[in-house]
Amino acid sequence: MTNVLEVRDLGINFGGLRAVDGLNLTIEPGQLYGLIGPNGAGKTTVFNMLTGVYLPSDGTIELYGENIVGKKAHQIARMGIARTFQNIRLFKDLTVKENVLISLDTQADYSLLTGVLKLPRFHAQETAMDEEAMRLLSVFDLQDDADKLARNLPYGKQRELEIVRALGTHPKLLLLDEPAAGMNPQETQNLMDTIRTVREQFNIAILLIEHDMKLVMGICEKITVLNYGTMLACGTPAEIQSDKNVIKAYLGE
Amino acid sequence: MSGFSQFIMQFINGLNIGSIYALIALGYTMVYGIAKLINFAHGDIIMVGAYVSLICLNAGLPWYLACIISILSCSAFGVIMEKFAYKPLRNASRISLLITAIGISYLLENAFQLIFTANPKPYPSFIALPALKIGAVTISANYYITFIISVVLMVVLTLFIRNTNMGKAMRAVSEDAGAARLMGINVDNTISLTFAIGSALAAVAGILYSNCYSPINPTMGSLPGIKAFIAAGLGGIGSIPGAVLGGFFLGMIEAMVKAYISSQLLDSIVFTVLILMLVLKPAGILGKDVREKV
Repeated sequence: MTNVLEVRDLGINFGGLRAVDGLNLTIEPGQLYGLIGPNGAGKTTVFNMLTGVYLPSDGTIELYGENIVGKKAHQIARMGIARTFQNIRLFKDLTVKENVLISLDTQADYSLLTGVLKLPRFHAQETAMDEEAMRLLSVFDLQDDADKLARNLPYGKQRELEIVRALGTHPKLLLLDEPAAGMNPQETQNLMDTIRTVREQFNIAILLIEHDMKLVMGICEKITVLNYGTMLACGTPAEIQSDKNVIKAYLGE
Repeated sequence: MSGFSQFIMQFINGLNIGSIYALIALGYTMVYGIAKLINFAHGDIIMVGAYVSLICLNAGLPWYLACIISILSCSAFGVIMEKFAYKPLRNASRISLLITAIGISYLLENAFQLIFTANPKPYPSFIALPALKIGAVTISANYYITFIISVVLMVVLTLFIRNTNMGKAMRAVSEDAGAARLMGINVDNTISLTFAIGSALAAVAGILYSNCYSPINPTMGSLPGIKAFIAAGLGGIGSIPGAVLGGFFLGMIEAMVKAYISSQLLDSIVFTVLILMLVLKPAGILGKDVREKV
């Protein structure tokens, strides 16, 4: 079976700085994968390359065997990589439902003409989209907030809405950038359950960046550790926890 | 004529020029919302629309074809302008964009002077409907048609932005283009669409304006353009209802100042209103106060 994501020798230069160097990643279908490392290790840079925000200087990224390096960000999103952000970037002046509808819309093949001329078909499509949005929201128990403005949601729910919005693009691979940032232990616990539920219900692979070690070690099946843009270690949570290099990087000598 | 019916006449004048300002202001505000750019060449699109329709009319085409050709060519022109002049500067500083916009404005005005000379050209008013008589007040067809068309277009635009996929995409891009792109929205197409719609509205404004205020000349767009920019600023730049409100508000001030104070002081009073607004409520009537969260 083809891997969801196959990253080989990925690297990027910012001027004279080699931000990421020689990264290899293999994500299997349905896998929960963790990307960890100290601040400034290049984790978010990796996400930006995977989603087409940055163009890698070298290396390849294959999504189900298809090279996506050089594709535009919106094309990659449509091909099946969705993400959330470290700092929440919802469309705050749109309603909760509209946030989800926007990502659903990009999956539908529509033209302005169908919208304006073929009224019945347009309506049917709109209703189907509405139902789909509500179904996604209800997975996270957000259905009662559907008509609120996104900015009026409490912090924890905003983070969840970002995940729902990302799921709206029907991704094959979901990238979560520090999903537990700013959450208390109870919220983090709920988030771990949610991430597992998402993986099972939507049958997708998940790659997450996280500083909360309890979360990473608790749910990830495989972990890659980055340090100064290079791969320090790769393995199961148990292997990572006992890896000498990792301990050195995190705790000092 | 009694004082009251004179007031009504001035009120109608205000609605007329106000609806033209509102149409132009919509283009300013939409483009600002999505590209964070004050497109100073927007006023000149009115002039392009007026000239294209005039050429069509003089070539003997029926008025509706002249209108359609004028609207489509302005839309295309708006898209081309964005692709060639503004898109390469998308990551440049705002001031570079602003200077480019002013440059395009001069380019258009001078190019049209070169082609059509600076001499005013008579514009054949083609709105041939009977005037409306209500009591002592007579409203010419130009006036009520301008008002009706403007209001209809504003309603359609509002529905488009609120209800359609593309409208939602436009709102998303205006809030956060980066995030919108990562949700699969084609940001470039969305920006092109915005320029196309804004320029189409300007073309309509140009045609209606020329019908009311013949003759036309290559710099005819600059003053209404600046006034509409003031209107957009008054209403809150980036806000669609704000642009409409600002347009009518400004038109009304103009009409009343002309009638009751002095038509020579007109422009200085209008600009004073803008200055006061910027001092007292910089975000405009419906603009959002941006508070920096610490």
